[in-house]
Amino acid sequence: MIVTSSLIIWKALICVTGSESPVVVVLSESMEPGFQRGDILFLHMSKDPIRAGEIVVFNIDGRDIPIVHRVIKVHERKNTGEVDVLTKGDNNPGDDRLLYAKGQVWLHRHHIMGRSVGFLPYVGWVTIIMTEKPIIKYILIGALGLLVISSRD
Amino acid sequence: MHSFGYRANALLTFAVTILAFICAIASFSDNFSNQTPSAQIQILNINWFQKQPHGNDEVSLTLNITADLQSLFTWNTKQVFAFVAAEYETSKNSLNQVSLWDAIIPEKEEANFWIQISNKYRFIDQGHNLRGKDFNLTLHWHVMPKTGKMFADKIVMSGYRLPNAYR
Repeated sequence: MIVTSSLIIWKALICVTGSESPVVVVLSESMEPGFQRGDILFLHMSKDPIRAGEIVVFNIDGRDIPIVHRVIKVHERKNTGEVDVLTKGDNNPGDDRLLYAKGQVWLHRHHIMGRSVGFLPYVGWVTIIMTEKPIIKYILIGALGLLVISSRD
Repeated sequence: MHSFGYRANALLTFAVTILAFICAIASFSDNFSNQTPSAQIQILNINWFQKQPHGNDEVSLTLNITADLQSLFTWNTKQVFAFVAAEYETSKNSLNQVSLWDAIIPEKEEANFWIQISNKYRFIDQGHNLRGKDFNLTLHWHVMPKTGKMFADKIVMSGYRLPNAYR
């Protein structure tokens, strides 16, 4: 029951938000105290232009973990509508230029996967625990498997 | 049919559904709050205004920021993130937004404030367009809830102008 309803909600979220990964788990403390490790963020990607203050999720070329930080500078080109963006974590002392790829000074639209529009606290701990301590994942799957087998009547 | 496992599963699903429902209602209640924020920004001094070696203009300002953001806090508010951005247009860029200062306001009592500082983040142009430039100073705020939807708004203050010559 819980598994099927989770799957339905997940697929529905993908349709509604128009994003490949509509939910991300906060992994670092760089946006504290607003976002703590273990919170989940709901993402939405629209064609609206990127503006300062928005919390965006982006990927750096060469890194596989997405980063969730706030936009602090925007320079939008008149003719093409392309945009140069600089981000910074609220809890970090400096901006993200150190995190960008070597030689990269700005983020562009194609780096950005979505904007954070909503938030739920603590729910992401399940994912963090299962990723960092895989043994828990195996125990959980084992227990669920036993439940399925033993409840046949 | 009435085994312990089945009952535990039903209870857990029900509990999670109710919790999700409560979070959604808490978030929805934020739509009904009456918000009347106010703010004023004064430029006290242009500290310096130069062209960098790469050719980009940079200016350092001292700002006096007064704001009352207390009405933005609801029972579902965790913090308000406020920042002041300089916004202007150039021949190449239709919009430039440069954040000059930001602050995290964790409680309602701290949301009525007065602060005098020089810009926290560097005000650097893409090019050398800043001499004599008219610009707006906009106070933006992002309300981060305890659960649910985040929302943001701003107050635009216009009429600021940079000097015609470097100094």
